[in-house]
Amino acid sequence: MWVTIFRGSTVIGIIALLILLVNIANGAFGYALIEYEVSPKELANGGIAIEYLDKDTLIQVLQDNVSSGLFRRLENDKPFAERDQKNVYDLVIEWVLKPQVVQQWTLWDSILKQSEIRQEAEDEFPGLELHFISWLDTEFIINPQSGDPIKAGVRTAILGSLWTMMIAFLFSFPIGVGAAIYLEEYASQGRWINRVIQTNINNLAGVPSIIYGILGLAIFVRALEVFTSGSIFGIAESTENGRTILSAGLTLGLLILPLIIINSQQAIRAVPDSLRQASFGLGATRWQTIWSHVLPSALPGILTGTILAVSRAIGETAPLVVVGASTFITVDPDGPFSKFTTLPIQIYQWTSRPQDVFRNIAAAGIIVLLLLLLGMNTAAVVLRNRFSKRI
Amino acid sequence: MLRTTVQNKIKLPDVFEIISSEALPLEIGNDAEYAIQSSNLRVYYGDFLAVKDINLKIKHQKITAIIGSSGCGKSTVLRAFNRMNELVPNAKVTGEVIFKGVNIYEDSIDPVEVRRRIGMVFQKPNPFPKSIYENVAWGAKINRFQGNMDNLVEKSLRRAVLWDEVKDKLDQSGLSLSGGQQQRLCIARTIAVEPEIILMDEPASALDPIATLHIEELMHELAKEYTIIIVTHNMQQAARVSDYTAFFSLKEESRSGVLVEYGETQKIFTNPDNQITEDYITGRFG
Repeated sequence: MWVTIFRGSTVIGIIALLILLVNIANGAFGYALIEYEVSPKELANGGIAIEYLDKDTLIQVLQDNVSSGLFRRLENDKPFAERDQKNVYDLVIEWVLKPQVVQQWTLWDSILKQSEIRQEAEDEFPGLELHFISWLDTEFIINPQSGDPIKAGVRTAILGSLWTMMIAFLFSFPIGVGAAIYLEEYASQGRWINRVIQTNINNLAGVPSIIYGILGLAIFVRALEVFTSGSIFGIAESTENGRTILSAGLTLGLLILPLIIINSQQAIRAVPDSLRQASFGLGATRWQTIWSHVLPSALPGILTGTILAVSRAIGETAPLVVVGASTFITVDPDGPFSKFTTLPIQIYQWTSRPQDVFRNIAAAGIIVLLLLLLGMNTAAVVLRNRFSKRI
Repeated sequence: MLRTTVQNKIKLPDVFEIISSEALPLEIGNDAEYAIQSSNLRVYYGDFLAVKDINLKIKHQKITAIIGSSGCGKSTVLRAFNRMNELVPNAKVTGEVIFKGVNIYEDSIDPVEVRRRIGMVFQKPNPFPKSIYENVAWGAKINRFQGNMDNLVEKSLRRAVLWDEVKDKLDQSGLSLSGGQQQRLCIARTIAVEPEIILMDEPASALDPIATLHIEELMHELAKEYTIIIVTHNMQQAARVSDYTAFFSLKEESRSGVLVEYGETQKIFTNPDNQITEDYITGRFG
């Protein structure tokens, strides 16, 4: 009886997860009709598809199809002699083919209603070729953000996410572990002040993230503007306001600080007391005991907890919206004082666009985000196993 | 003038209690022969008085056993001898423990120094999750040992009669050893710091009879150089290994542990002065 209920709960959870994954995959792959200004078939030379043409032929194609002014400008940007085949091919796509998505279908439909889609494409858009498109491809990951859905990528967002994560980690890891060590090893549990601190930390872990965003806005963006905008360090390219990667990283750092403290405390508490006594019994000081025995034994737990906390931060959107993430930037962040966007912000921005095709890109972005999370969680498991094996 | 009077008034009850203490220490030799001695030692856990007015004088290079029923404060007294009780929250110690003519509970005394010179072996073998070599070397390392570490490790392991069993696997984890070997490793670790007294808190209670035998033989060896105090709930063990025995018991009304009788093991086990001791030894209670 009870077994059935518990099994049912598990099944519901798994079904929900599967629906989520199917839904994302549904958007990220599927048939699409693409309209070109100049059909690639016309450009195909002697039966060779355009992408396999050699560089000189491609330059010729470019010269034939764009105005001489534009051709000279491209030559000026970077002489054709120095460009490689791939680069010239990209130029041909950008300036000659000019692909545009006319209509796209979900993965589900693409698999089950293939013939109907073909029919529909034939009827409504005669002459256009139906492509099976994976919106998630290497181009998508290495391209910067762009207004053109075909060219848009997540590189700026990934870099922005990595930068903010790094700052959040560097800020909250030492403070969090330090606080955990103090609370577990030094503070006497009986004193009321320590109990108050402990309760506060537990409650902070449950504070909604938007509130941390408002806190970050007040402290890092406004009050510490000279610092977070980098103007105090004389950064020339500084945007002269505090809406930078540094502010975002510190805000997320504050957000995950209680989580890191609690996780580290649990890891430290799990170190058997017999180990501490053995160390003290040999005439070790408290710090020697902590450094040589408590921390090494607690480290796998601390690291796992920290990585899980950081991977929570990587998915946070709300506080970053408040702190002032830019929704549309195409320039890679190059330091803590640059403007930024992150993956969740980018996904949110894409889903709120009116054109349907951005929904597909958002789905691809979600896959990238999920893969990033999966990677971090795997790292947590691997680290834990490696450290516990060493002992 | 006034101050002196007040002090005298405060001191009076203490003097009274010393006189009225039930546990009068048996005199064994003169003061210089004592490695460590306690006077009026009391340990509180919060408001609870765990042991009351312990006066115990431990002789140099002898094995002194502390026996008694469970919960009568044997381990508490042992831990008071190297200030390990301080690690227990809310524990409080009053009275004196004199070591080398100094009260180790004086404010100027560093508990870390006390624990280095008065080592401790615990009930459950608790080697560090490090290599066997590291286990022995670590204590010496943190105490700024200057000599040849390899020699020290070998010497300590030999003294703990463990060398032959582990010499080929010094880089393996201390936790890979059997329980008895682990406990001897813990003893080796303790003597590597070269303490003057070794406190053993039921060192063989988690071990099988063969391993127990090894530990007991080892204690006889060590007693040639060290003063050993061992807490045991195994009376046969106390009779086998110790030179002197202290018998602790619970005071009925207050549930505090007191020292009932202390003397040569031979005498305690064959002809105790106290009726309670005799009852316990002969197995009538406890």
